Amino acid sequence: MSTGASGAGGPAADGTTSDWRPSERELARRRTRSRQRRHRVVVASVATVVVIGGLVAALVLSPGWPRVRATFLDLHHAKESLPSIVDGFWLNVRMFLIAEPIILVLGLALALLRQAQSAWLVPLRGLAVVYTDVVRGIPTLLLVFLFVFGMPALGLEGIPTSIFFWATVALVVSYSAYVAEVFRSGIESVHPSQLASADALALSRGQTMRHVIVPQAVRRVVPPLLNDFVSLQKDTALVASVGLFDALFAAADYANYNFNFTPYVVAALFFIAMTVPLARLCDVLARRLARRERAGAL
Amino acid sequence: MRLSRVVTPVAAVLLATAVAACAPAEDEPEEQSGKSASADECAVADLPLVQDGMLTVGTDTPAYEPWFVDNDPTNGEGFESAVAYAIAEELGFTKDQVTWVTVPFNNSYKPGKKDFDFDINQISVNPEREKAVDFSDGYYSAAQAVIVLEDSPAAKATSLADLATFKIGAQTGTTSLTAIRDVIKPQQDPLVFQNTNNAKQAMLNGQVDAIIADLPTAFYISAAEIENSTLLGQFQYDGGEPEEFGLLFEQGNQLLPCVNGAIAALQEDGTLADIEQKWLSDVVSVPELP
Repeated sequence: MSTGASGAGGPAADGTTSDWRPSERELARRRTRSRQRRHRVVVASVATVVVIGGLVAALVLSPGWPRVRATFLDLHHAKESLPSIVDGFWLNVRMFLIAEPIILVLGLALALLRQAQSAWLVPLRGLAVVYTDVVRGIPTLLLVFLFVFGMPALGLEGIPTSIFFWATVALVVSYSAYVAEVFRSGIESVHPSQLASADALALSRGQTMRHVIVPQAVRRVVPPLLNDFVSLQKDTALVASVGLFDALFAAADYANYNFNFTPYVVAALFFIAMTVPLARLCDVLARRLARRERAGAL
Repeated sequence: MRLSRVVTPVAAVLLATAVAACAPAEDEPEEQSGKSASADECAVADLPLVQDGMLTVGTDTPAYEPWFVDNDPTNGEGFESAVAYAIAEELGFTKDQVTWVTVPFNNSYKPGKKDFDFDINQISVNPEREKAVDFSDGYYSAAQAVIVLEDSPAAKATSLADLATFKIGAQTGTTSLTAIRDVIKPQQDPLVFQNTNNAKQAMLNGQVDAIIADLPTAFYISAAEIENSTLLGQFQYDGGEPEEFGLLFEQGNQLLPCVNGAIAALQEDGTLADIEQKWLSDVVSVPELP
């Protein structure tokens, strides 16, 4: 695809195996193309330098810059706060790794429940509807508070008091409701003809879901699912509000004691380092799926 | 056509740069901490105030006892409210010339213009903090105290060393938390709270065995907020020096020397001691922890 400039010449353009020489006109075309390319490169470079340089200059020349550098970008404070932020970040990562598989399973189960048609499952179906509606209506932060301080306060025998446990539960509850809706929309996006075909093949309802509908649905919702997981990675920072010493809280605690905001920037870099690869993976997968669905039509 | 394509972004950026470069340069604020001025240099009319003729004081919400009463800083009740009004009076303000603004602790030290003349919020003075803000002279020296539930195993501890095996908590960004890390050095990581309400709930839930707080705060939490809790004892922590609370000022605020003058006068005529006696007298009988 990138050989546009010499495309007209084909493999023989190397000139090793045949006597073919590009015509004067072709040579002129190539010259024009390469001149245009050089021009584009120059313009792009100048524009980039001007824009980026200008933005940096605007930042550095702004009257508050020395203040910002001292309060947000202080190397000494970055180093001092790094160990506790690393420890805290490990907690974010663990929480995410534990919550994610549970959310996937629970979300799919809820979506399937909402699609179920058996009369026996009506009460459960109703519960699933209420669950997704109610849970999605409550801010995740609020759920975290309610679970962490509320559940142990019930004083029930055998209920754990661990803040980590209940904070993870809160994230699972919140995100399973979102993920359930993603799965449901995936399931509903499968064309009815697929159902009809399964019927014609005498597949049972369960077999239809398992072999025909769900595989197609899951493939379609992979990008939005990954999007939700990028959100989840960031939302693990919500647990800072209930005193779990995660990366955000480690940063806040250092900042509050030393009156310097640099640790927040450090913590932000950690989250970026974690979410960006997932976002890129999301793009790659989305492109691959799109290619497959179009079956080479584009 | 092509020209305008190039010129527009360039012009936009140049304009932004120019605006930034032309903005008034901020003078390096002169450190005011530690300065003091006498009353005759501090006529109300000459004071640099956020709001003309008004003294604007900041504090966090909720405002906890015994520092404030009924979560209402304006009533003059509670230690810090009383101190703020005493300083205002000393500076020559009447009671209705004092207004209060809500300043979350996390925001009190952010760079830039402040919308209060000073902030009073049990803020400990330390050298790191002085790089970001200016502090008045101390108006109170605080000891640290340990709160436990009466029937908890932690209540049997008789020294700070005994406490090391328990799960201990404190509020974020406080000297109490640093005291846990530096002095008690517990085996488990300390539990860190956003505020005392969270701490209280965690204690009742059994998520934490002991809470460290400034003595007066601890006294109030134990006496009024957590049933069946008691103060195990108090200890001094700030590298041997008493920990002092100071009023927080924007860096370079010229009002600070006058306020320091007022604090010195209030110390001299016994007003500060009276206020302390009135609102914090309960705390004197707490035993020292070895």
